[in-house]
Amino acid sequence: MSEAIGHPVLDPTTALPFPQAALPVLRNPQLRKNVAHAIDVIQTKRGKVVAEKADWQELRSAAAAIRAHVLENLGTYLEQFEAQCTAAGGHVHWAADAAEARQIIRDILRNENASEVIKIKTMTSAEIQLNPYLEAAGFGVYETDLAEIILQLGNQEPSHIVVPALHINRSQVREIFAKSMERPDLSDDPHALTDVARTYLRRKFLDIPAAISGANFLIAETGGVAIVESEGNGRMCLTLPKTLITLAGIEKVLPRFADLEVMLQVLARSATGERMNPYTSLWSGVTAGDGPQSFHVVLLDNGRSSILGKTKERQTLRCIRCAACMNACPVYRQTGGHAYGSVYPGPIGAILTPQLMQMKHAQSLPYASSLCGACYEVCPVKINIPEILIDLRAQVVDQERHRLSGILNPLSLGMRVAAVLFSRAWLFHAAQRLGRLGARLFTRKDGWIHSLPSVGGKWTQTRDLRGFPPQTFHEWFQNRPARNGMEGK
Amino acid sequence: MTAISSSRENILDRIRKATATVALDGPNLEAGYSSIPREYERKGTLSDSARIALLIERLRDYDADVVETTPEALSEAIREKLTESGRQTFAAPAGLPVNWMAVEFRWVIDNGLSHDEIEKTDGVVTAASCAIADSGTIVLHHSAREGRRVLSLLPDWHLCVLFASQVIETLPEYFARTAQAPTFVTWISGPSATADIEMTRIKGVHGPRHLCVILVRD
Repeated sequence: MSEAIGHPVLDPTTALPFPQAALPVLRNPQLRKNVAHAIDVIQTKRGKVVAEKADWQELRSAAAAIRAHVLENLGTYLEQFEAQCTAAGGHVHWAADAAEARQIIRDILRNENASEVIKIKTMTSAEIQLNPYLEAAGFGVYETDLAEIILQLGNQEPSHIVVPALHINRSQVREIFAKSMERPDLSDDPHALTDVARTYLRRKFLDIPAAISGANFLIAETGGVAIVESEGNGRMCLTLPKTLITLAGIEKVLPRFADLEVMLQVLARSATGERMNPYTSLWSGVTAGDGPQSFHVVLLDNGRSSILGKTKERQTLRCIRCAACMNACPVYRQTGGHAYGSVYPGPIGAILTPQLMQMKHAQSLPYASSLCGACYEVCPVKINIPEILIDLRAQVVDQERHRLSGILNPLSLGMRVAAVLFSRAWLFHAAQRLGRLGARLFTRKDGWIHSLPSVGGKWTQTRDLRGFPPQTFHEWFQNRPARNGMEGK
Repeated sequence: MTAISSSRENILDRIRKATATVALDGPNLEAGYSSIPREYERKGTLSDSARIALLIERLRDYDADVVETTPEALSEAIREKLTESGRQTFAAPAGLPVNWMAVEFRWVIDNGLSHDEIEKTDGVVTAASCAIADSGTIVLHHSAREGRRVLSLLPDWHLCVLFASQVIETLPEYFARTAQAPTFVTWISGPSATADIEMTRIKGVHGPRHLCVILVRD
């Protein structure tokens, strides 16, 4: 794969700050149209199937409580999962970070003598940048989810966690397939494109000896794994190869099999707007005569355990990756996913990425939100994303506060001046009068300020500002004509 | 390998420290789990016929082909569907009732078939463990009548025989009756599909592109 050289990778440690990364997208009308179209379709479908459930809010409450309970007792449930999975014939590995997870997976493949591997869509593997690593180590890596094939063959990065190629339209898919599969005759009919993918992968499913999957849920009680999907590529990867490696974040556990009665009711409806996704697979360990005979689960920490300690932030790990928050987000709708510089875009990405990076990168992401709260409203596990965004913003400001650049930045200077002014009434009134005089220079006849110099320009670049009124409320109150009967009150 | 084997202890240690003030143990964990609010609908409210009608409506909504029959007419109904499919060679799980296998077709019984042998068949006939009306889901636990997982996956055409007495209304009812988790569970809600290109739903990608359900009023 020579194209892999220079392949763009969504890496928060090297990504541009969100406002800069968003600019090229905002200037690309085709991309914005593709994103808006896809989101409109999902949102309409979701609205319909959620409205069907009279007990939707009760399901959300239960789902939130189950996930919260798991996280508070994560150690116990992980150990239980490990014991049950091992008893059923699986091998459980623990990876502290991305590098360790990649090594474990590489070593398993080497031990199994697999030179090629097929993959079910897993965002966790994108998080640890597994494909470029395995390719560099000499393995042939084949994505099998249609969207992932489009991205892999087109050398593109995912822009959404459920429909990762939603920024690419049918004629762009046609171009990618026509070129990489040498099929110049191909039409842009989605049926034809889907058929091509089926043919392209059929032999690979039957011949390649190893598969890598993610996990939607790990069941502590049984040591089982649950995967939801639509195309059947998942079932192929889970049943045909000799070796199966499941990569899962440590937060993916559920206490009991029966907890799926809640999670599976909210997941598909939130993710794709379906009552149920076409295929759900559950299995435990290894069974002679059915499926892979060598089964490995790699439990990935990679920053997750550091999120667990804070009560508010802990909610972040409840996430079941349905993407309802990004579909509902007015910011994501305009920028698409790549601007977030991480495989986890949208509101959940804005809180998850900086925390996974231990607040050392991606500090612009907590600001990539209008705090409108739409994400919280749709979240099936009730993650209060706006609350966490505000908390993370405070952490970013605290980090900056003590640095010279932080002390000298205009916002920080302004805040310190404001603190002095607000602490003394006479200073505050004087500042108001001075501000009114100053603003008069910029206020037009229509009573609006359309353009301010210097730092103020950052505001007026995109919005107008009401000019100051001729008097403050305070001044009006003191000068108002006295009324009968009001004296002395 | 030392670094990696110590990761288990390091990760668990970090988790234990982070959750020290909230983690429960022993009976308290059990009590904490039991106190999870579950006020959602557990039991269905529909009559038998309304429940069946809902399942049929939802399966059809997923583009599955559904026909109804009686126990007496089942063999004939299967024969009709097989004929209608225009296919010749069908895979069958080892435990499939013999009278479901119409003699004019070629049957490949799965007593350890290779993947390629299964791939070469035109279709497959299986039973099911149950079905959930609310979500339009057919449930396979992969018993001898339902076959190995791969058997209902590789053939392009899947005929599933379902009995009305197997149809339950809600997901919680399914879990209530499945106290012991089976080793394998496959839920099928319509034929394989994708919406990855412009959110246009395309029926049939890698799994069977055609799902046909015969519902037996028993």
